[in-house]
Amino acid sequence: MKYGMEIAVAALILVFAAVFLLQDAAIRATGEEAWGGADGNAADLIEASGYEPWAKPFWEPPSGEIESLLFALQAAIGAVIIGYIFGYWQGSRKTA
Amino acid sequence: MHIMEGFLPSPWWQVWFLVSLPFIVIGLYQVNKLVQEKREALPLLAVAGAFVFVLSSLKLPSFNGSCSHPTGTGLGAVLFGPCIAAVLGLIVLVFQAVFLAHGGITTLGANVFSMGIAGPAVAYLIYKVGIRAGANTYATVFCAAALADLATYVVTSVQLALAFPGTAGFLGAFSAFAAIFAVTQVPLAIVEGAVIALVFKYIVQLKPEILTRLNLLPESTIRKLQEAAA
Repeated sequence: MKYGMEIAVAALILVFAAVFLLQDAAIRATGEEAWGGADGNAADLIEASGYEPWAKPFWEPPSGEIESLLFALQAAIGAVIIGYIFGYWQGSRKTA
Repeated sequence: MHIMEGFLPSPWWQVWFLVSLPFIVIGLYQVNKLVQEKREALPLLAVAGAFVFVLSSLKLPSFNGSCSHPTGTGLGAVLFGPCIAAVLGLIVLVFQAVFLAHGGITTLGANVFSMGIAGPAVAYLIYKVGIRAGANTYATVFCAAALADLATYVVTSVQLALAFPGTAGFLGAFSAFAAIFAVTQVPLAIVEGAVIALVFKYIVQLKPEILTRLNLLPESTIRKLQEAAA
């Protein structure tokens, strides 16, 4: 099968999304808040033992919007590079 | 998810800086050598770095109700070895620590060790052993990338448990941190492994000569993989 692997990966991502939706529905039904970061959970666990972090980030994104802007920018930088190089390879193979 | 700023007490943050430093130095030396001797592999190095950028920016929900992100370092590790992957990991971790307050400068050494060195070392070993044993190439890349992702967070849990054994002792603390980090990571690791295996397929199709040049796959295997995809 020429596209066997693509189909398998797409199916896996769909399963991943479906599990998320089911789990989310189950958690909402209990009324709990979820989907925070694992690092925040670990920080809570550490702080519960009385530890105070001895350093703070010297700059923090001032809001959730700015933070998601910077995360999107990070992904975009990577995606542009990947697309450019794969496109270049594909093009040079076709004209060779 | 990385260890947050200030969350490693002395002496642990210094220890992890010292442990990571030699890998970064060797990695920089290897990158320099690559630039001088195998320039045609540089676009591939850029792709490997770009992959870490993309994958580590995606915070994905896991089945246990919390979010984490994949690392993307498996590709660079398989292609260029763990020391160069450490350099790629360092770049992304500095970006995230400075601009996103994600991870931190004081915990950079520990985070470079888990994401840039331990995970990639696992990927590199699995790839080398798998290819030598004649296992399916894509299955090997899948295992390498998925277990690199998982190993990263197991090591993060070890780092935190060493620093915060609490009253439960190292093992008790480790299982508490692993429940937060490593368990969350399992589904993400599987997806990451699958995506990186797919990308590897495109590299085999588009630039097989680089893979032979880097001694990653024998030509006979590449021909077989290309015929299977034709």
